[in-house]
Amino acid sequence: MSSQDWAYLSNYAIYSAMALFTLAFLGHAFETAWAVRTPTAASETEGNLLKKTFDSSRTQKAMRIATSMMILGFIFLFVGVLTRGISAGRVPWGNMYEFSITGALAFTGAYLAALRKYDLRWLGVLVSISALLTLGTAITLLYVPSAPLVPALKSPWLVIHVSTAIISGGVFLLANVISAAYLYLDNMESKGPRKVWANRLPSLEVLDQLSYRLVAFVFPLWTFSVIAGAIWAESAWGRYWGWDPKETWAFITWVAYAAYLHARVTVGWRGRRAAWLCLLAGSTFLFNYVYVNVWGTGKHTYSGL
Amino acid sequence: MSNETQLPEIGAVALVRYFWRQLTSMRTALILLLLLALAAIPGSLIPQNAQNPMAVSEYFEKHRTLAIWFERFSLFDVYSSPWFSAIYILLFISLIGCVLPRSFEHFQASRALPPKTPKNLARMEHFQSWPANANELELARAWLKAKRFRVLESEDSISAEKGYLRETGNLLFHISLILILVGVLIGGLFGVRGSAILTQGERFVNNSTSYDTISFGQVTSENSLPPFTIKVDKFVAKYNTLTSAPEDYTLYVTTVAEPGATPKQQVVKVNSPLTFGSTRVYLQANGYSPIVTVQDKVGNVTFQGPVPFLPQDGNLRSIGSIKVPDGDPQLGFVSTFLPTYARGSDKSAISVFPEVLDPRLLFSIWQGDLGLDTGIPQSVYRIDTSNMKQIALDSLKPGEFLKFSEGTISFEEVRPWVNLQIVSDPGKSYSLIGGIVAILGLLASLFTRRRRIWIRVTDGEVQVAGLAKNGAPGLEIEMSEFVTKLKGI
Repeated sequence: MSSQDWAYLSNYAIYSAMALFTLAFLGHAFETAWAVRTPTAASETEGNLLKKTFDSSRTQKAMRIATSMMILGFIFLFVGVLTRGISAGRVPWGNMYEFSITGALAFTGAYLAALRKYDLRWLGVLVSISALLTLGTAITLLYVPSAPLVPALKSPWLVIHVSTAIISGGVFLLANVISAAYLYLDNMESKGPRKVWANRLPSLEVLDQLSYRLVAFVFPLWTFSVIAGAIWAESAWGRYWGWDPKETWAFITWVAYAAYLHARVTVGWRGRRAAWLCLLAGSTFLFNYVYVNVWGTGKHTYSGL
Repeated sequence: MSNETQLPEIGAVALVRYFWRQLTSMRTALILLLLLALAAIPGSLIPQNAQNPMAVSEYFEKHRTLAIWFERFSLFDVYSSPWFSAIYILLFISLIGCVLPRSFEHFQASRALPPKTPKNLARMEHFQSWPANANELELARAWLKAKRFRVLESEDSISAEKGYLRETGNLLFHISLILILVGVLIGGLFGVRGSAILTQGERFVNNSTSYDTISFGQVTSENSLPPFTIKVDKFVAKYNTLTSAPEDYTLYVTTVAEPGATPKQQVVKVNSPLTFGSTRVYLQANGYSPIVTVQDKVGNVTFQGPVPFLPQDGNLRSIGSIKVPDGDPQLGFVSTFLPTYARGSDKSAISVFPEVLDPRLLFSIWQGDLGLDTGIPQSVYRIDTSNMKQIALDSLKPGEFLKFSEGTISFEEVRPWVNLQIVSDPGKSYSLIGGIVAILGLLASLFTRRRRIWIRVTDGEVQVAGLAKNGAPGLEIEMSEFVTKLKGI
């Protein structure tokens, strides 16, 4: 098969993965909505209050179907990313399109891997829609034809620096999603008991701890990614740090997460304040990804846009 | 005298102590950290002199008043500005003030034994008790030693602690950040950085006059340049035939490390620079140098040689200027070089591929005053034609020549040029070591759990308990292992 054929195959696989993620999203949305039971007046005679209950037993099938779709989507996405790499004859993260599809693969992969150990299916709606939106943006706005690398990217550091950046980014974003969920639920709880559908979500303490764990786990990896980038920059550009916009924002993200970890470990921040700080730090990563890649100047202009 | 409340007197020493405490407090460090992140932002949004001086001067032309205000607040030089420096210097002082006393404490604590077993173990977490057999204490000692706990024994109890590595890692991490900064400072003080454009066939001798730009660190001078030479033998660029994107740059050079040394043939690529001791030579950019000869009316050569042209697009349409000041009147050739010539949709001349397939040198000839004596620095790629008049317009292929009213210009051939960046940064290895130690320290401090385990055997009863510092999880698993071992199940 020619490089062109591989590229076409990759595109078909990505489109199929998007269709499957759409089904997974619908399945998860359905099972969450349908599990909320509104009793009929006849069956619930206690007082005049009709209490809604959450009963996921009757939507087990939808949930299983949704998870199967997610796994299938992951497999197709994997094929898409792999064939893209074969088509270009290199690692599939040479421009923003490839970075996005590989990032979506890492994100859904992390979710499915965690699913084997924890019942995280309450996150399924968010994971499937995020993967879908990422792929959709990638294939409509960021798509560039498959091509070999420019000379500056031909280095083993491409594999090390970019893959660790992708993984760090994926985990930072997951921590962000969880912090956002924390703030949303915290707000809901401050007004009264949780809405029925929200009962399946973990308690505030668990969410609070989870987002911290994720950040603490991935912060050393992000530090490594930045340092690996510096080593690469030294051999490619003649300086290990030059305040290029991408470097500057990587630094800002690093500093923001460092502040978050200090606030939690040393000062003892928990709950709302910590969640807001986590969101702030995560948004600096997103800003770096979107703004600096698309509108920014500097030496990290490999987005192909 | 008066009935004002008497405030306690604050002496100068007390005041200094007060500020020192404030500065080294965690809260201040946190605020400084966030401030540093905030202060770094404008430098990524506003063009910077250090990265892109052209964009800064463009900004001055477009937004004059705003630019003047930006200039006043060093917003074109954010990362060397007084306010940015102030933040990170304060942060590092705060860091040192925090880390040094803690290192001292930790050094003492790491040699001390764990505190005695508390009297009432039943009040502690993970408490369990069961009737004693006989050898629980020995079993416990063996298990704790095998698990590398630090133990303090008394007659009837053992107090054990583990996880000092957490604080060690934490301190190492912060100390290594200081090392990174030291590396940056050394680079700034003792480093040299410069660049030179060389056309294929030319030789570079490493002294300051060979450079197009060069900047020395605060305590370095021209004498510190190592005496190597580099001859550019050949430069090969490969491009994608569909997208024109570069696929490979290879530069072949002959180097002589010092006068008298044997010449060496070497290859330079974008990701593999040349190394001469602590100096490295990087391949940064490339383009084309047309080689032209200009003669006056009687045939005297007034200009000859390669002229590096500045690439303007992905297909290397390049602009340049040939200035002939040694004639009367002076001559200037405002030129464009196209490696693969074609006519665009609007009939303008364009290049359709970056390799030299069908080269053209397009130029207009100007006569008059080049303005080289005004003292105002001029771009080598452009000519100020305000005091000149145009006398001819033409295009040439290699080997062709044009006779015009004031003489002849011949376009002999075209050769590639490369821009070499020559950098000496003696501080970078310190920063690298700092970076590596920082990661190791971070891993140690984030993934080590500090915890204590106690066991006491009195009155035929075994009591065990544990304490996890910082609420770290996982102690219950360890405790159950410990208990299983003791019970001999």
